[in-house]
Amino acid sequence: MINRVVKNAEEAIKGISDGMTLMVGGFGLCGIPENSITALIKSGVKNLTCISNNAGVDDFGLGLLLQTKQIKKMISSYVGENAEFERQMLSGELEVELVPQGTLATRCLAAGYGMPVIYTPAGVGTEVAIGKETRKFTYNGQEKEYLMEQAFDAQFAIVKAWKGDTAGNLIYRSTARNFNPMMAMAGKITIAEVEELVPAGELDPDQIHTPGIYVHRIFQGANYEKRIEQRTVRKRIS
Amino acid sequence: MLDKNGIAKRIAKEVKDGMFVNLGIGIPTLVANYIPEHLSVELQSENGILGMGPFPYEGEEDADLINAGKQTVTLLPGSSIFDSAMSFGMIRAQKVDLTILGAMEVSEQGDIANWKIPGKMVKGMGGAMDLVASAKNIIVAMQHVNKAGESKLLPKCDLPLTGIKCVKKIVTELAVIDITSRGFELRERAPGVSVEQIKNATAGKLIVEGEIPEMAI
Repeated sequence: MINRVVKNAEEAIKGISDGMTLMVGGFGLCGIPENSITALIKSGVKNLTCISNNAGVDDFGLGLLLQTKQIKKMISSYVGENAEFERQMLSGELEVELVPQGTLATRCLAAGYGMPVIYTPAGVGTEVAIGKETRKFTYNGQEKEYLMEQAFDAQFAIVKAWKGDTAGNLIYRSTARNFNPMMAMAGKITIAEVEELVPAGELDPDQIHTPGIYVHRIFQGANYEKRIEQRTVRKRIS
Repeated sequence: MLDKNGIAKRIAKEVKDGMFVNLGIGIPTLVANYIPEHLSVELQSENGILGMGPFPYEGEEDADLINAGKQTVTLLPGSSIFDSAMSFGMIRAQKVDLTILGAMEVSEQGDIANWKIPGKMVKGMGGAMDLVASAKNIIVAMQHVNKAGESKLLPKCDLPLTGIKCVKKIVTELAVIDITSRGFELRERAPGVSVEQIKNATAGKLIVEGEIPEMAI
């Protein structure tokens, strides 16, 4: 068994330097690597390109790295909930590449599966297709146009899982899974922070979502806030 | 004329037993409230849920369990959780039977614009482009005219497109309209609304054939 354990977030992010491209797992504020984001802020690393479905909110998630102006470019599908993001984008300080959500997920998947490109119908006939190669294929008995999209190329991927073991195997919980498994597979170096780190052998191999081969550094995070972006509830009928 | 809940109620009648359905944000979300209980229907949320349930009871919110609108939700018996690549995989492979979403504009050809207004802050397309590019059946829930009083049913969309030739049906506060190879075909009028009113609110060519029944909701 190869031991993947590092001491903490500071040790985990070693080697992330100015100008690098990172994948950051999570959907909204759900399943984001809170400890690693805090460590990145402390490290002062600059000019990052972040591939992440969203950009956090003003005072949480990737929004924190925007406040400190450590991000040069965001590659995301939806960035709506962040006023500082809007300000930096409109002033031209921040570069933004918007990618359809399924395309974003599948470009991560392609990277982890060793496939240089995918073909998807998402964005055909829209501005997303500008400058991209298109081809016609028949699928499900229907001929349609598809866009060629490249697998992402990221030096580091940072993901958050529920449980992990010392061999780097990961299990996610509920919809905090989201983009984490594909990003874990796609990083050249993958950092996983988990709520509970257990010795190898304690997790059921049949239940593993991400095999440890994809995870280079793992640590147990602390003080998870797990902030809820939209708290929606229904009243009990007594 | 229908209110938002009325539009949702009418669309719910399009949901059939055994369907997997993806609901967008806004009026489409309300459709879930009107799906008859005797139907077996599973709601898909594109962040990675099949079998999504209602909002949790107060105090039972789980930060790890949210829908595509980032709202706290619950799971129903038989539900499953998966990653976002698989989620869009099942959308692309047309396993999801029906997609209901909002729009800013729809054209006679079934083109849809719902993600970007030039000159305004662009929030992103999220999963909308993937959904409209692949779904077998797309119903748009929207107001017939925008806040400026301009028709949202156009010969051609003015706004940047989300997808082309994909919308099959539109339900507004005024009407149910099918989009066929001929264009906008008027199928039903909302209670108390005349064909003339619908024509006046539709910038694209409206095909009216025979007696147009009033919606039964």
